Amino acid sequence: MFYREAGDFSTTYREDSQTFPIKFDRYRYYAVLLIAFAIIPFLLNDYWVNAIFLPFLIYSIAAIGLNILTGYCGQVSLGTGGFMAVGAYATYKLMTAFPEVSMVVHILLAGGITAFVGVLFGLPSLRIKGFYLAVATLAAQFFLVWLFNRVPWFYNYSASGQINSPERTLFGIPITGANTEPWAVYLFCLVFVTLSAIIARNLTRGAMGRKWMAIRDMDIAAEIIGVNPLTAKLSAFAISSFFVGVSGALFFSVYLGAVEVGEVFGINKSFLVLFMIIIGGLGSIFGSFAGAAFLVLLPVLLKNVLVTGLGWPTDLAAHLEFMIVGFLIIVFLIVEPHGIAQLWRVAKEKLRLWPFPH
Amino acid sequence: MNTDDGYITEDGRKIGGVVMEMKNITLRFGGVTAIKDITFDIREGEIRAIIGPNGAGKSSMLNVVSGFYVPQEGEVFFRGEKRPPLKPFEVARQGIARTFQNIALFEGMSVLDNVMTGRLTQMNSGFISQALWRGKAEREEIENREICERVIDFLEIQSIRKTPVSRLPYGLKKRVELARALASEPKLLLLDEPMAGMNVEEKEDMSRFILDVNDEFGTTIALIEHDMGVVMDLSDRVVVMDYGKKIGDGTPSEVRNNQAVIDAYLGVSHD
Amino acid sequence: MPDQLIYAMEVFFNGLMAGVLYALVALGFVLIYKASGIFNYAQGVMALFAAMTLVGVMEGQVPFAHLINAVLGTKVHHFGWHLPAFVGIITTVIVMVILAWLVQRIIFKHLVGQEPIILFMATIGLAYFMEGLGDMMWGSEIKKLDVGLPQGINLWIDETTYNIFDYGFFIDNLDIVATIIAVTLVASLVIFAQYTKEGRAMRAVADDHQAALSVGVSLNFIWIMVWSVAGFVALVAGIMWGTKSGVQFSLSLIALKALPVLMLGGFTSIPGAIVGGLIIGVGEKLFEFLIGPLIGGATENWFAYVLALLLLVFRPQGLFGEKIIERV
Repeated sequence: MFYREAGDFSTTYREDSQTFPIKFDRYRYYAVLLIAFAIIPFLLNDYWVNAIFLPFLIYSIAAIGLNILTGYCGQVSLGTGGFMAVGAYATYKLMTAFPEVSMVVHILLAGGITAFVGVLFGLPSLRIKGFYLAVATLAAQFFLVWLFNRVPWFYNYSASGQINSPERTLFGIPITGANTEPWAVYLFCLVFVTLSAIIARNLTRGAMGRKWMAIRDMDIAAEIIGVNPLTAKLSAFAISSFFVGVSGALFFSVYLGAVEVGEVFGINKSFLVLFMIIIGGLGSIFGSFAGAAFLVLLPVLLKNVLVTGLGWPTDLAAHLEFMIVGFLIIVFLIVEPHGIAQLWRVAKEKLRLWPFPH
Repeated sequence: MNTDDGYITEDGRKIGGVVMEMKNITLRFGGVTAIKDITFDIREGEIRAIIGPNGAGKSSMLNVVSGFYVPQEGEVFFRGEKRPPLKPFEVARQGIARTFQNIALFEGMSVLDNVMTGRLTQMNSGFISQALWRGKAEREEIENREICERVIDFLEIQSIRKTPVSRLPYGLKKRVELARALASEPKLLLLDEPMAGMNVEEKEDMSRFILDVNDEFGTTIALIEHDMGVVMDLSDRVVVMDYGKKIGDGTPSEVRNNQAVIDAYLGVSHD
Repeated sequence: MPDQLIYAMEVFFNGLMAGVLYALVALGFVLIYKASGIFNYAQGVMALFAAMTLVGVMEGQVPFAHLINAVLGTKVHHFGWHLPAFVGIITTVIVMVILAWLVQRIIFKHLVGQEPIILFMATIGLAYFMEGLGDMMWGSEIKKLDVGLPQGINLWIDETTYNIFDYGFFIDNLDIVATIIAVTLVASLVIFAQYTKEGRAMRAVADDHQAALSVGVSLNFIWIMVWSVAGFVALVAGIMWGTKSGVQFSLSLIALKALPVLMLGGFTSIPGAIVGGLIIGVGEKLFEFLIGPLIGGATENWFAYVLALLLLVFRPQGLFGEKIIERV
């Protein structure tokens, strides 16, 4: 009764295949967009943006990217941190080499470069499968981090080995560097997130998404009905890496401003994003958001309760966070392998029937 | 392709020329010879059955026809042209669709999406168009949806259109698999034990669908089946295999009276 | 003999000894994988956890001291005793067996029959959990581990090689001891799997769960057993690496080198794990020695993975794995 689809008829195939075929969902989606674009920017301060909104938005892009590869195409990757690093370092090189070019172009180019690297490391997926591939992607993780750490050209021979994002503006408003306004960086990232989600949704509901899912569910059958595994897998690697690269670019240039590759883009980053999509929901765009929100909010919450509230030392809260996250991963894999997104679907089914049991 | 040399079936349908011809096919796995020097053809519009006891090499034969296995010796002609060794997905693009002995549906997708995968070979809109869901991608989606919906209507699975395949019972899954194969509008449809594990009612349904498909769309069908009654009723011509060799070929009644077949297969009482 | 070649020989021997340890850890993976189809990513963290527990027990650390202090406002840290190494090792073995039992009971009992990749991801979750648990129990600072193993340059080898080549090889006593222990362990594991009743049961389970169950093998027992053995192997590796470079997080990453070892050797093959370990040990040391200086060093971080990746592209089943035949 709170959630209804009765009387909501699709009379054309176009209407039936839209993203939110149910009117109620569609209105809620518009409402969320309106709040995100028109209301939140006025309420933001530094703390909210840096502790919650920026990491949430940027991780959402990474999670969407990894979800395309892992959730839709079934190829588990443990190299997300390395690919984010590619996006970050590509942006850095582009920003410093071409200061007059717009940041938007740099970030998109960084995504493109990451896509290329992703395809390169995705080539073995044609021969190897499952956790063999997962381990193989560790090669990307360790190699890329090593590369950015050891080859000085990538960090412009700076003494600290760090990369720092210089100030760049968009329409005269600074979006990187030290003098940014919370609302500006928020909106900048929000635009990227929104476009990423829409593009990802369009790709996954159409022909390309079906190819990916066919490969994921049964690769041999997919090949026999005419899916070329080469193009299907490599396109998933390319598009996934593109999003991951964009998120790495934003993570460095807009969010952190300064990056030391081993610390920021180490293997734990790969796991964090993987956990986001497991907890959020494999094969669901909404799940990517849910998982990112969950794993961004959890440490903030723990910190507020344990450190600020109970006076625990910070490292203890961090250890507890590790335990909770590991525990949750196992619980989700056992109880609900499709994550929060599935819980949400079930809740909607229940709401639709409420107050009746069937 | 010569269309003159067809024949008229027992029930009076006109069968056309040769669609697929297998010439002296030999297939080995390491030291084991699964198929030995087999020759037969499949004609336009007919229902062709391959039968034989367990381990006779029927499935291997079907896999050769579908291009999944490449035989060590022999030649395959499809629509008059010699077929080079192709990758499985290239075979599908030539217009050969199949179903599987152990259902090979995409369990994580809905029935409709599964059927739509049958159209993938016909969908070739560009990346940008797909990313924006504008132009060719959207048009293709709708056009192909219409074709799929016709198949869905035909096989009477409208009500489960949006159900995830993993929730369906066995018999329906078999039907969805047939729908997926049909959606590609194949020139040759291969059915690998379409009635395995079904009860009598489901078998009757499936037989009706196979006959209807052949009748309505004129689809050429090659099938493997264990149930002798079904095979004899359905098919126009039958190939009988035993230990990788062909021991009989002809109309059901010819095969039924073939001494070699009776000795090797029908005549031996298994139960 | 040219100097460069002599140095390379020294590097080769050092690599060989590192390789034996990789092989040992890899064997822990193979055991679990063969018996339960689980590809245990947590093996590295298990080694770390075992080493931390060993140090903690020997030094008389109060488990969860920081947590207790934070919650109760107390200031407990140490029990005030120092235990001999063998007591510590026995206690740690008991802890690892209990851990094996818990892991089986709480996690994998509920995941029987799941896809391998789900099991794999569950072990990543387990790794995370244990990393947090280890730090929570024993604190996250770098710890020194000393169970009385000899350390420092082996003078006999130094002198002997000096007499032959005019250059003394630097080979650490610890490495020699580690190699001897690892070889002994590897040999006994192979004998165990091949000739004992439990070993046979384990291989039966590996071949076919259902069939093993039907002839009266207790799956639960076998699984707890292999996890315990893997825990023990992790402890041994943890002691070796912990003694060498301190007990700290990077230890779990070193232990993860066993992953590419497995990919090289094939997951199901014990000889594969051994040969793979040696190849990786020698390969990464020689590569670092020959190519490392040219491209910035620290190539050990990725060499094993990239080597395994390249090999798999050409031989997807690894060096010794069985050929994969796809069927429909």
